[in-house]
Amino acid sequence: MHDASIEQSDRVLLKRQMAAALRRQKVRAVMLVAPLLFFILATFVYPITGMLVQSAYTPEFAAEMPRTARALAGWNEPEHLPPEAVWEALVLDLQESQQRGAAGKIAAAMNIELPGTRSLVMKTARKAGRLAPPYRQALVSTDDGWENAEVWSTMKRLSDTVTARFYLAALDHRIDAQGRISAQPESRQIYIPLFLRTFLIGAVVTLCCLLLGFPVAYWLSILPMRYANLLMILVLLPFWTSLLVRTTAWIVLLQNQGVINSLLVWSGVISDGNRVQLIFNSTGTVIAMTHILLPFMILPLYSVMKTVPPSYMRAARSLGANQFTAFIRIYLPQTQAGVAAGCLLVFILSLGYYITPALVGGESGTLISNMIAYHVQKSLNWSLAAALSTLLLASVLLLYWAYNRLARADGLRLG
Amino acid sequence: MSLPAYAQRWERVWYYLFRVFCILVLLFLVLPILIIIPLSFNAEPYFTFTEGMLRFDPTAYSLRWYLDMFENGMSNRDLPAGSWGWLVQAWQDGQWIHSAKNSIAIAAGATVLSTVLGTLAALGLSQSTMPAGRLIMALLISPIIVPIIVTSASLFFLFSKLGLANTYLGIVLAHTVLGTPFVVVTVTAAMTGFDRSLIRAGQMLGAPSHVIFFRVIMPLILPGVISGALFAFGTSFDEVVAVIFLADYEQRTIPRQMWAGIREQISPTILAVASILVVLSIALLTVVELLRRRSERLRGMRPS
Repeated sequence: MHDASIEQSDRVLLKRQMAAALRRQKVRAVMLVAPLLFFILATFVYPITGMLVQSAYTPEFAAEMPRTARALAGWNEPEHLPPEAVWEALVLDLQESQQRGAAGKIAAAMNIELPGTRSLVMKTARKAGRLAPPYRQALVSTDDGWENAEVWSTMKRLSDTVTARFYLAALDHRIDAQGRISAQPESRQIYIPLFLRTFLIGAVVTLCCLLLGFPVAYWLSILPMRYANLLMILVLLPFWTSLLVRTTAWIVLLQNQGVINSLLVWSGVISDGNRVQLIFNSTGTVIAMTHILLPFMILPLYSVMKTVPPSYMRAARSLGANQFTAFIRIYLPQTQAGVAAGCLLVFILSLGYYITPALVGGESGTLISNMIAYHVQKSLNWSLAAALSTLLLASVLLLYWAYNRLARADGLRLG
Repeated sequence: MSLPAYAQRWERVWYYLFRVFCILVLLFLVLPILIIIPLSFNAEPYFTFTEGMLRFDPTAYSLRWYLDMFENGMSNRDLPAGSWGWLVQAWQDGQWIHSAKNSIAIAAGATVLSTVLGTLAALGLSQSTMPAGRLIMALLISPIIVPIIVTSASLFFLFSKLGLANTYLGIVLAHTVLGTPFVVVTVTAAMTGFDRSLIRAGQMLGAPSHVIFFRVIMPLILPGVISGALFAFGTSFDEVVAVIFLADYEQRTIPRQMWAGIREQISPTILAVASILVVLSIALLTVVELLRRRSERLRGMRPS
């Protein structure tokens, strides 16, 4: 009896100690991961969240022009000019923003929404200090641009702190003065055609990579190991070479006075007068991107093909299938996972390409990334850049999710 | 797999056509990279082989673009190449030298940061007790998948508010974000073959945990750590999009200067720089490949 109770308490003690040890281990594991997790949250997740916010949340106008924003909230007749109280609010706000030196910012924001209003705002802001009531007359005599009701409805739109207008713009839609959403006329659509081109070029590059990569991966997988390792270096070398070096190489090869055209002229295929335009168009983008992304197709294909037992093919042949049938019905289905993974990987990577299209793409070979960079650096329409980035990010994450499902099913993870 | 004796004629044709096709694809992969090396010795400012080069005329080849690589940006270009004054000037004023110094400093900073953070995280993630391990792993690897333009633009928006844009620290942080996934992946891979009973053996023999870490775990996973670090270094050294967004002229790196050179006016000096980078990447590839084999040997795997 006595011994049994000691045993009992020992067991409880042991259990408790075990739980404590496990907890310590858990804490240690979490502590090891914590620094990187914190770093990634701070310098990757947080900025991207900030970008998402920026694409839909624009408090700047309402903060700079508080009276106008409040006054315009009560004005709901976009066909008519607003009442005197709104004009007064505008003059007071412009006076203050001129003193703060913020008028330029407001003018720039206005100009993005309604081109041509920059000078209207700047001019009025400079003179705002000298204006006296009745403000409507005073403003109209300063610049009759204020008689345009569209200017006021634009300001009303800008006063909204939460807005979908950048997403609408990114999808080639616009809001008119009456607040109706309509598609841009075909000739003025920019972003949807660009998204479509990005997807199309991505698909063409993926297809080219598959057509070139599949045979090579198959060959490498059936070669004896020492030859395969040697040839694998030829696949890995481009993988390790700087992206800019490879792009430079293609510029050198493809340009009008470059190696390929010179070779064609020298061999007499074409005359010196009509050299082929291979670069600064979508052809150049496709060639260079295929070259750059081909290793990303070959490597997953190779790792899947390595696992396919060659005896299956031999069995099929001995059962009477010819080489072609055995390949289509026996070999190909077993490489499906590798094909899907490689294609998705190449397609995902090609969607976000920036450097290569910018350098070899010319006018017809640029992608959505180039437009994002343009809005960040040149037009300074950061919210539109953020909306475009969000759309790109969403499509990539969707594909990555699909990739992971495939990869998990087949034990093929990235890296 | 050689051709069996009973193969029919079309099988023979197919066999050779297939191999020719594969060799052509492999050449397509490698030749464009290798072709710029001879072109960088061109004596003329052209991007194609001159007739003299094809005849192997020694006067058609020169080192002038390699020389220009050092002298570009020098105020006094009359100094004899290789003299002490020339070297000092190249070190101080050379445009490409300046970019190289930046590239190495930034890549070194990013490598140290991402190797330390990534290795620690991989050690934690490879423990079975780690809660939500799969989710955290997916999050830590996501910088590879998110388009670099999206990462760079959002970092630019944030850093320009924090005053980190156009600083070395900003670029190092951005490159660390891009480099850590590689370290996490390679070190985790090295840990999968790691025999945990070795740790218990060390504990039983009375070793404190820091001794176990440095004398048992570290030597075994070192190849993984080093190749992760090399990946991180290579990523940073090659990265240009984040630099375009986050760096000023003062912080320009080699890829950034190449980018500017290609956009404005492409001179064969870029080919000379590119050739040197190709040689460097061959060296890097060799080291990583050797490390991979060593790591597999250490873990008792068959080399593959």
